[in-house]
Amino acid sequence: MDLLTEIGLAHYLTLAGILFTIGVFGMFLNRKNVIVILMSVELMLLAVNINFVAFSAYLGDLVGQVFTMFILTVAAAEAAIGLAILVVFFRNKGTIAVEEIADMKG
Amino acid sequence: MELIAVFLPLVAFLIAGLFGKKLGHGGCQVVTCSAVIIAAFTSIGLFLDVALGGQAYTTTIMPWIVSGDFSVNWALRIDTLSVVMMCVINIVSACVHVYSVGYMSHDNARGRFMAYLSLFTFAMLMLVTADNLLQLFFGWEGVGLASYLLIGFWNHKHSANAAAQKAFIVNRVGDFGFALGIMAIFVVFGTIQFDEIFAAVPDHAEMTFSFLGHDFHAMTLIGLLLFVGAIGKSAQLGLHTWLPDAMEGPTPVSALIHAATMVTAGVFLVARMSPLYEYAPDALQVVAIVGGTTAFVAATIGLTQFDIKRVIAYSTMSQLGYMFFALGVSAYGAAMFHLVTHAFFKALLFLGTGSVIHAMSDEQDMRKMGGVYKKIPVTYALMWIGSLALAGIPPLAGFYSKDIVLEAAWADQSAWGHYAYWMGIAAALMTAFYSFRLIFMTFHGKPRASEKVMSHVHESPAVMLGPLMLLATGAILAGFVFYQSFVGSSAHHGADHGKGHQVEVVEELHEAAEQVGEGVHNISKNVTGADSVEQHADAKRESEHEEADGDHVAWAKESFWQDALFVKAENDTVEAAHNVPMWVKKLPLVMGVLGIFGAWLAYIKYTDLPKKTRANFAWLHTLFYNKYFFDELYTKVFVKNAWRIGRFFWVYGDQKTIDRFGPDGSAGLTQRFAGVLSRVQTGFIYHYAFLMILAVIAILSWFFFKSGLGV
Repeated sequence: MDLLTEIGLAHYLTLAGILFTIGVFGMFLNRKNVIVILMSVELMLLAVNINFVAFSAYLGDLVGQVFTMFILTVAAAEAAIGLAILVVFFRNKGTIAVEEIADMKG
Repeated sequence: MELIAVFLPLVAFLIAGLFGKKLGHGGCQVVTCSAVIIAAFTSIGLFLDVALGGQAYTTTIMPWIVSGDFSVNWALRIDTLSVVMMCVINIVSACVHVYSVGYMSHDNARGRFMAYLSLFTFAMLMLVTADNLLQLFFGWEGVGLASYLLIGFWNHKHSANAAAQKAFIVNRVGDFGFALGIMAIFVVFGTIQFDEIFAAVPDHAEMTFSFLGHDFHAMTLIGLLLFVGAIGKSAQLGLHTWLPDAMEGPTPVSALIHAATMVTAGVFLVARMSPLYEYAPDALQVVAIVGGTTAFVAATIGLTQFDIKRVIAYSTMSQLGYMFFALGVSAYGAAMFHLVTHAFFKALLFLGTGSVIHAMSDEQDMRKMGGVYKKIPVTYALMWIGSLALAGIPPLAGFYSKDIVLEAAWADQSAWGHYAYWMGIAAALMTAFYSFRLIFMTFHGKPRASEKVMSHVHESPAVMLGPLMLLATGAILAGFVFYQSFVGSSAHHGADHGKGHQVEVVEELHEAAEQVGEGVHNISKNVTGADSVEQHADAKRESEHEEADGDHVAWAKESFWQDALFVKAENDTVEAAHNVPMWVKKLPLVMGVLGIFGAWLAYIKYTDLPKKTRANFAWLHTLFYNKYFFDELYTKVFVKNAWRIGRFFWVYGDQKTIDRFGPDGSAGLTQRFAGVLSRVQTGFIYHYAFLMILAVIAILSWFFFKSGLGV
């Protein structure tokens, strides 16, 4: 069957969907560590990137791949800032366990 | 000219009140004193012009309220009635202003005190010169305000604050009646201008109001409502309880406001409305009965009091009763006459009392005085003059006015007239008794004050004695100088005869008034020149005696009062008062002498007599001493119940209804709602993230279904 033998758009989209779902679940089922949340965010961004690239190839439009490059750049910067905030946070609070971070409780 | 007389005190008040700090105490005193003294001279000039010479007139200043049919102007109505009042107010006020400079010399707020005095003077002048009822009401409330401020002037004293509030609140009751009366007048006449009302009264004489199925005679109702206002302001029986308490104020205030001027506003009101009262005989009857009863009751209370100022306060109330029953028998001229003479001798008595209190280091209890007459001889002599005038001993002022009042009451030949007469006679006896009880207890006998106080007893400074001299001159002369004009006899009723003499009298009065004017001038120029005033007084006394020996003239109502007072011919008791039997005329004098003799017996000769009498008539003494338990009664009936009602509304109306469902209720609800909402904010990141994703899913789903892209 085509579906099993030939790698087509649907495969890429499925992979991206799975990655995105893992990212989402990783974000809100995670009780341990803020770093895991950051990783989950990265995962979700990657899922989106795969979507971009897949559609770009499928439609023969390079704009999607250009966008991917931008997103990767921004994601790298975001990861650097996020980790920096995390380091500062750890210095102040002495923990980065998600369970113990509830300062915004009303 | 009338503008100067009325508005100068206002200007002085504004200057002293607004710039008092910059001017300093001395500046305030100079500004207010000079303003009121100028105003006093101006009003004497007005008196000569209007009452003795010319015609009454009205000066309109500017429109005040115009609303539909209702229009009111600020206007000054200058007729005999108002110029007489203006003279009394401004002269007494000038005396009190000057006196206060000395009396309040140790007070830290004397500038403010002077400002208040001028404010009062202005309000009182507005009251008497009003040409409509609303302006009169403005002045009426203005004097009430000034009275409140001045009674509570020593606001560090709790009792003074309480007395000020009491005066204000009790007066509210009277003012409510007054306001209703004004409204009733507007309903009946469609105007509150005096001229228009008076012109329309005969047409409405038989009109009735229908209320709750009863028909009330409109004029009687209006008369009674206005009289309720007069009862409050003039401290007649029922609403009198504030007057004795008002003695908490400084003594000059008591002299000016609570003896000479403000409390006579009620008398003035009834006299001003005389054209209306003449068509309301039932209302007049009530006026006479209330007046007679007040004269008697107040005198009985005065017999037993020990506070020197309260004795005089009750005496004031009693004398106001005289004025009211004179009004009640249509003897408006007599009432105004008594008002004028009373203003002089009562202000004299009060200021003299102030001088005594000053000398005795602020002691007011007569039981702690005595034996000081040698140390303060001038005050002593002046108090004698005042007391003799009050007791009605000739030839002092009180003799003339009290006699004509009592004769008019008798001459009314009605049950209430006779009632008022006998009440007045009894009160005259008691008046003489308590006046001299005051003199004897204060000045004679053994000193009962402490050594320290006695060593400090000193005569007051000239700035205090000067005004006293002037008032004493008034207390001596006002009686026979003004007798002919105010209530002159009509033994020879021939018109030509009367007129011929009238001109003479007018001229003589001109002279007399000028002399008085000079006297005033002397005093204001040189307060220490008391001797010259005495000489003036002596000289005038002689000249007046000569005049009095001449023929009697017709009642000068037409030429003196002109249209200011209106009396129906058949009600003219002043006319009739000159034809009463001899014993009616002599009885007041006999009573006065008896009273003085009685006081001498009881407080000089047999000093244990009062104690014995008190023991024998214990219940009567208790009744009098406790002022007929009016205060206790009012406390029980009105004050306590008002508290109870107030507490009920406070607890159940305010706290348990409005607060509970209003502010407190909504605040509580918001808080509970917010409490529930705040629990959503857990602070855990994954909760927020989860919510965000749910929301994104929700929005996307909605978007897809909406645009038909959904499966």
